[in-house]
Amino acid sequence: MSQKHEIDFTLNGIKNSARVGLGMSALTMLRDVIGLTGTKYGCGEGECGACTILVDGVSQNACLMFALDCQGRSLTTVEGLAAQPTGAALRAALVECGAVQCGFCTPGMVVQATHLLATRPDADEEAIQRAIEGNICRCTGYKKIVEAIASVSQTSTQE
Amino acid sequence: MTVSPKTIAPDTLIGKRIVKMDAPEKIEGKTRYIHDINLSGQLHAKILRSGRVHALIKSIDVSAARALPGVHAVITAFDVPDMRPIGVAKDHMPLKGERVRSERDEIAAVAAESVEIAEQALKLIKVVYQDLPVLADARDSQKSGAPAIHADKPDNVAMRFDYSHGDVAQGEAESDVVLEDTFELHYVTHCCMGVSGMIAEFDASGNLLMYSNTQVPFLHKREFADYLRMDPSRVRIIQPPIGGGFGSKLDIYPFEVICVYLARLTRRPVKLVFTREEEFLASPTRQPVLLTLRSGCKKDGTLTFRQVHTLHDNGAYTSWGATTPFVMMQTFSSLYRVPHCDYHTVAVYTNNPYAGSFRGYGNLQATFAIEQQMDMLAEAIGMDQFEFRMKNAQDAGEVTGQGMHFKSCGFKQCLSTAAEHSHFQRQLEQNRNNQKAPGSIKRGIGMASTLHVGGGAKIHPSDGCGTILKLDDFAQLTLITGASEIGQGSETVLAQLVCEELGLPISRVTVVNNDTAITPWDVGVHASRTTFIAGNSAIGAARKAKAKILAAAAAKLECDADELDMRGGYVIRAASGEALIDLPRLLRQLHFSDKAELVMTTFYYEPPSVHQDKGFKGDVSAAYTWATQVVEVEVDTDTGIVKMSRVTAAHDVGRVLNRLGIEGQIEGGVVMGQGYALTENLMVENGVMRNPNFRDYKLVTAPEIPEIDIHFIESMDGEGPQGAKGVGEAPAICIAAATANAIYNATGVRIHGLPFTPERVYRALHGQGEQPSWERT
Repeated sequence: MSQKHEIDFTLNGIKNSARVGLGMSALTMLRDVIGLTGTKYGCGEGECGACTILVDGVSQNACLMFALDCQGRSLTTVEGLAAQPTGAALRAALVECGAVQCGFCTPGMVVQATHLLATRPDADEEAIQRAIEGNICRCTGYKKIVEAIASVSQTSTQE
Repeated sequence: MTVSPKTIAPDTLIGKRIVKMDAPEKIEGKTRYIHDINLSGQLHAKILRSGRVHALIKSIDVSAARALPGVHAVITAFDVPDMRPIGVAKDHMPLKGERVRSERDEIAAVAAESVEIAEQALKLIKVVYQDLPVLADARDSQKSGAPAIHADKPDNVAMRFDYSHGDVAQGEAESDVVLEDTFELHYVTHCCMGVSGMIAEFDASGNLLMYSNTQVPFLHKREFADYLRMDPSRVRIIQPPIGGGFGSKLDIYPFEVICVYLARLTRRPVKLVFTREEEFLASPTRQPVLLTLRSGCKKDGTLTFRQVHTLHDNGAYTSWGATTPFVMMQTFSSLYRVPHCDYHTVAVYTNNPYAGSFRGYGNLQATFAIEQQMDMLAEAIGMDQFEFRMKNAQDAGEVTGQGMHFKSCGFKQCLSTAAEHSHFQRQLEQNRNNQKAPGSIKRGIGMASTLHVGGGAKIHPSDGCGTILKLDDFAQLTLITGASEIGQGSETVLAQLVCEELGLPISRVTVVNNDTAITPWDVGVHASRTTFIAGNSAIGAARKAKAKILAAAAAKLECDADELDMRGGYVIRAASGEALIDLPRLLRQLHFSDKAELVMTTFYYEPPSVHQDKGFKGDVSAAYTWATQVVEVEVDTDTGIVKMSRVTAAHDVGRVLNRLGIEGQIEGGVVMGQGYALTENLMVENGVMRNPNFRDYKLVTAPEIPEIDIHFIESMDGEGPQGAKGVGEAPAICIAAATANAIYNATGVRIHGLPFTPERVYRALHGQGEQPSWERT
C-alpha cells in the first residue's frame, strides 16, 4: 500500500496527529482516520461545499486538500463550532428559521457562514448569498438559510 | 386537599412555526447518515460498471482481483446462481453476465478490507466486450431494424397507457380553435446531497439486516424477502437519516442486491457507498418525454377536448418512470374541466439511463405542455389568460371525467390570489407592450397551475399507515410511526398533531420512525402522502390514548369524561380550563394501581380512496392539492440569459399545520422547479452521460434564487388531518410551465423544449431554431 506519514496539527483546538497516505484528502483523514463524520462527502471535487472546514481560520473544501498539507495547521470542523459564540448563535438561528431539512449540506453551510461572519460580521443578504454560493442545498431553496445567517450578522442585530 | 385552582388557557399548535425536531443534531454534525455508520468487522464494496452502452460480454476475468490481498469476495453474474431480475417490470439483472444495455451496467463487485483495496481490485478485472448497435433516440425504437434492447420485447415497448373519457371527435367538432404542439422534456436527476449507500449484514441465524435509505421500507422488506426466498420476518430494515430522497429511493436497485450478495458470501457486514459520479450514472432520472398535445376550445373560452400522445424514454430497464403516465393523465383529464380527453403513452426501451420516480412524478412534464397551450388557446380566441383559466377551473364538489372527486378545491382562489399579488394582468399587458421597445432586457410574467394528489394514492393493496403511541410514567410520549422521514419534516408535523390532541408540548415527544422491527406498516414516503395519511394515523392513536386517559380521570374524579379535556400536561375541566390532575401522576396511578394498565394505543389509517379500474378511472386519492404559481423573469435578448426574479405561489394546502415546515417545502420545491426550468440538464449523447458531476450539471445556487412570495389557501379538507392536504410535490410542478409563459410574455417567442439555457433561448430569439435535445448531428 501507499506510504504513510505521521502529521501533527491542531483539530478543534486540541493537538492531534494522524498517519495519512500521500494521496489522501483532508476529508478522508477527518472522516475515516480520525472518525469525525460531521464533515460530509458530497462530490469530492470542490463543487458542493458539504465538506467545508476552516484551515487556519479560512474556509476550504476538505475534499480538495491533501491530508499531508494539514501538517502544522489549525483545523476547525463543524464539531468544533458548537462551543463558539458564533456557532451557538448560528445553530439557534438555523433552527428557528427552519433552515434545515435533510441536513446533509448543513455542516458545510455552518462552517462557511462562520467564516463569513468572522471576516464580515455585518454581511448583508447579498453578501451571504455570495458567500454560500459554493454550498449546494437541494432541499430548502436557500431562502431560510440566508435568513438565518442574516439574523446573526451585525447588520440585523444593529437594526 | 385545598389548592388554589390553576387554570390553563386554550392554545393550539396548528399553524404555528414549529422548529424541526432533528435540526440541532444536523447543525452540529452529529447526525449519523448511512455514510457515517461503520460496523465492526465491516467490509467495503465497490461495483465495476460497463462503461459500454450496448455490448455483448465475451469474457470476465476476475482472477487477479480475487488474488489481491485484502479482497474477501469478487462476484459476477456467474457467481450468483439464484440471481433473478429486479425492478418494476422484472427486466433488470443486478449483475450482467451476457449483455450490457447501458453505460451504468454492473459487471462485477468486490468486497474488501478498505475502499482503496476494493477500488484497486476493480482495476484488475478484465472484461472483453463486443459492441452492439446503440439505440439512443426513443423515436428510433419503433423503426424497423431498430435493435431490440430486450429479446423478449422485440417492439421495444416497456409499458403503454391508454386512457379516454368522452368523445374527442365530438369535442373537436364543437371547437372554434384547435391547437397542436409538441413539447420536449429533458433528463434531470435528483442530486440528493447524500449519495446512495447501504450496509447489509446477516446475523448468525441468517437473518438479514439492512441499513438502507429506501423510501419504502415495508415494500422493500417484502421484495427482498421474496427475492432472496427468505421468510419476510427474517428481513429487517433500519433507515438512518437520509441525505435527500425526492422519489429516488422508491425502487429496488442493483447496488442493494449486490451488497446483500456480498454480505451473504463473506458473512460480514458489507458497506457500499456511491461516489458522486456513480450517483449521477447509476441512480434514476426524471423521464424525458416527447409530448404532443392537441386541444380545442370555443370562442367563449370553454375547453372542448384534449388529445395527448407521449413517447417516454424508459432507458434500458423499467423502474417507476414508466408508470408516470398514471399521474400525467390526471392532469390532462382533470386539472381543468375537459369534457373529452384521450391520452396515449408508450414508454420505450433505449440504451439510455433508466427513468425512476422524482418529485412530481410526470406532472412537471404534463403541466409544461398543458399550461403553455392554455396561454396559446387564450391568445387564439383573444381572451385574457387568467379569465380563460378561471372559466375552466374545477370547483369543489366536482367529479371529473376520470372519476376524481374534488371534495375540497381552492383552485380558483389559488388563481386569483396569485394573480392579485403578482399584479398579473397589469404586468402581462405592460411587458407585452414593451417587447419591441429598445433595450435588451425584457421582463416577462407567466402563470401555471397544478393539480396533484394530496391524500395519498391508492396503488398498492393498502395506502395506509400504522401508529403506536406510548405514554410513559412521566407522560413522555413515544410516537412510533411507519412513516419515513426524508428531510421533509414528517417527524415534527406528526409530533405536532399528536400533541395537539393530547395538550402536550412537542418537547415531550420522541419519534421512532426508522426500523421495520419496531414500526408498524406504511406504504412508504411518496405521493405527497405522509402528512395526510400518517397524520391521520397519528391522530387516531392519540384520540384512543386520550379517551383512555379521560376515562380513567373521570372514574377518579367521579364525573363524565365529556366534561374533561387535556391541556398543558394536565387533565382539565373542559369548560373552565381548571387543571384537575397532573398527567404523569394519573399515568403512574394507572400503571401502579391494581389495574396495572399502560397507556399504549395503536391505530391504522386507511384513506377512503379507491383503486382505479382498468380504464384508469376512480377516485385514487382521498384529497387533491392545488397551486397556482406566477413566475417573473428578465430575459437578456443579447445573451439568452433568463433571470428568475420573483415567484408568487398560491397553494391550496387544506390547512397550514407547521408554517415553518410548509414554507420550507414550497421554497425548496420552487427552487427545484427553477433548476428544471433554467439550469439542470443531464446530457446523454449516444447513451453516454456527458456531465455526471456538479461542475457540469448546474444546480441552482443561493445568489440565483428568486424572491418567493407564498400564499396559503386553506380549503379545510374534510378528511385531512386538521383539514390539511399533502404538499410535498406540488411546489416543484408548475415553475417550468410558468417560466415558459413568462419568456413568451417578455419576448413573443414560444419555446417548446427545456431547459431554458442561454443557448436555447438565444437560438429561439435569433431564429436559430430550437436546440434539439434528443437528436444530435
